[in-house]
Amino acid sequence: MTKYRMHILVCGGTGCRASESDVIIERFREVLAENKYDQEVQVVQTGCFGFCEQGPIVKIHPDNVFYVRVTPGDVREIVEEHVIKGRRVSRLLFTDPADNEKVEESRKMGFYKKQLRIALRNCGLIDPEQIEEYIANEGYMALGKVLTEMTRDELISAIKISGLRGRGGGGFPTGLKWEFTKAVKGDEKYILCNADEGDPGAFMDRSILEGDPHSVLEAMAIGGYAIGAGKGIIYIRAEYPLAIERLNIAIGQAREFGFLGENIFGSDFSFDIEIKYGAGAFVCGEETALIHSVEGGRGEPRNKPPFPSQSGYWGKPSCVNNVETFANIPPIILKGPDWFASIGTDKSKGTKVFALAGKVNNVGLVEVPMGTTFREIIFDIGGGIKDGKAFKAVQTGGPSGGVITAENLDTAIDYDSLQEIGSMMGSGGLIVMDEDNCMVNIAKFYLNFTQDESCGRCTPCRVGTKRIYEILERITEGKGEMEDLTNLKELCEMVKDCSLCGLGQTAPNPVLSTMKYFYDEYEAHVKDKYCKTGSCKDLARYSIDPVKCIGCTACARACPVDCISGKVKEVHVIDQEKCIKCGACYEACKFDAVIKP
Amino acid sequence: MKVKSMEELKRIRESHGKSLGMRKGEGENRIIVKVGMGTCGIAAGARETLRAIIEEVDAQGMKNVDVIQVGCNGYCHSEPIVEVVMPDEDSILYGHVDEEKGRMIVKKHLMENQLLQDSIVNETFERA
Repeated sequence: MTKYRMHILVCGGTGCRASESDVIIERFREVLAENKYDQEVQVVQTGCFGFCEQGPIVKIHPDNVFYVRVTPGDVREIVEEHVIKGRRVSRLLFTDPADNEKVEESRKMGFYKKQLRIALRNCGLIDPEQIEEYIANEGYMALGKVLTEMTRDELISAIKISGLRGRGGGGFPTGLKWEFTKAVKGDEKYILCNADEGDPGAFMDRSILEGDPHSVLEAMAIGGYAIGAGKGIIYIRAEYPLAIERLNIAIGQAREFGFLGENIFGSDFSFDIEIKYGAGAFVCGEETALIHSVEGGRGEPRNKPPFPSQSGYWGKPSCVNNVETFANIPPIILKGPDWFASIGTDKSKGTKVFALAGKVNNVGLVEVPMGTTFREIIFDIGGGIKDGKAFKAVQTGGPSGGVITAENLDTAIDYDSLQEIGSMMGSGGLIVMDEDNCMVNIAKFYLNFTQDESCGRCTPCRVGTKRIYEILERITEGKGEMEDLTNLKELCEMVKDCSLCGLGQTAPNPVLSTMKYFYDEYEAHVKDKYCKTGSCKDLARYSIDPVKCIGCTACARACPVDCISGKVKEVHVIDQEKCIKCGACYEACKFDAVIKP
Repeated sequence: MKVKSMEELKRIRESHGKSLGMRKGEGENRIIVKVGMGTCGIAAGARETLRAIIEEVDAQGMKNVDVIQVGCNGYCHSEPIVEVVMPDEDSILYGHVDEEKGRMIVKKHLMENQLLQDSIVNETFERA
């Protein structure tokens, strides 16, 4: 076998592939072959590095040099300079926003310094389409250990001791879930993987499946052994074609190596996995709706109990775990439950992967120990707010969560602390908002999503979310009354209390939490018909300050509807009748003369 | 091929583990060997030297060594140049390192911490 002296890792996640990382890989292979270096240098397509903001990412080992925003056109220079002559291509290095210094190595970047990668351990390290690389990094060792050395009770007890809780959002202890399902008598049991990632802005499950599909397969087999299931089902949304492709490759390889199939590791345990596709309904992330959908029925939830552990897939005892939960299982088995329990906070152990998005400099996927604060994630890892603007709030838990404001920036994040401040962990989406975001508008955005995604089975959710949305729409259009605010609150409480499943029970959270922390904005919208951010177009009223305007005509030229009149060096005026409130003049003015909103 | 025991799995892991070690090479106490690969270095045979060092490190089963190629060191008269950085020590610069000498550096300096006095270019070379 050829001994490669250098590895060029190119991110093959969906984000980087959208920026032609697959072309970059092809180019590397071509140019290396052209220079006769293809026997010395290995080009590897890996999973997501997490630093999606700066993609496509190219990492070169053993130097550990991290190139960002690489294009196919940069490949020749990297080969000729770095690979052949050992010189860094400094224009492609990451520039630290804090001190404008170029950073060569990923371990010295603020983005990576505070991260601890357990679930993402293989993402950006191995080629997800090569089972040998997964094995090389201790892959399937945990399954082997479980099947050759541990009883089912020992296994479940280890997961319980580790303190692992469901990473899909609910935070239910995984060990208990396995124990309940094992305890139910039944000849056929099922273990299901919930890969129906639906929160807007969350993409950790996709990245794990794309970057390290074998870790999920291995953990499902381990879970199957624990509860006594012979079959696993992965329920994944059809909108994740790359994850599905890699899963299919991985399942094929795992069968070939005997990690799936009959008598795994020579034991009497047999297990296999199949994939079911979801059509992208948000509610199908709820476990009973998910099971209905897998059975071929409508994706509608039902009342619990009976819980899936008692009566799940086709009425058989079933256990549904999330992708990220599974990805944590093999390291717990190999390094021991006490190691895992030593990370995190009192009641939330281990790490959590967050999808950092919104108005933050380093958009991407980060994995941090439980107990890390929002300030650390947003400012140290995330590099602060874009364009030097002020932080306003961060939404956790997607449409089911709430906003967290500056006063709670130092809260140590775990399942319970988030609940205390009126939000929830959810699947781990973090949407950062700055001073330009209108909170009423944000609440309206999420309610538009939930009223659209409500399956319609129960009335509080079906009608309630719709009415909440309508009230918010009225307020943002400037037609709101003070009475609307009291009604809104009452309606939210009602929907929360009376809905059948988690979707409806949590849908009002964005409204309730923005009302709690930003009531003044709601009042301003209703009483003064005023939105200070200018996001609510119907309330916006742009005007020009006659003292500051020097008559440069920049605003008039930027205006798409020609509603700004004025001669050169004379004060300009906006025609309110014709103005469409797009804000182009505000952006164009260099003298702060345009008043917003 | 079905894997039927932990021993078989460990064998596959071993046979593929080395290449991954290079990528995971983060951590403490790593020895860094830098081979100058400027135009003059390559002309003087640095590529062969680099390959020989990598082979020798591999043959000796050393896992804490990163063999990295760097740009011109400025000592063009003594190419190929090899710089050895042991943890917490000043770096040592060797000149005229051919394949044979490259292997010696691994065996003597890296493994036994004995310097190859005759080949040292400048002992006081500051760590970059």
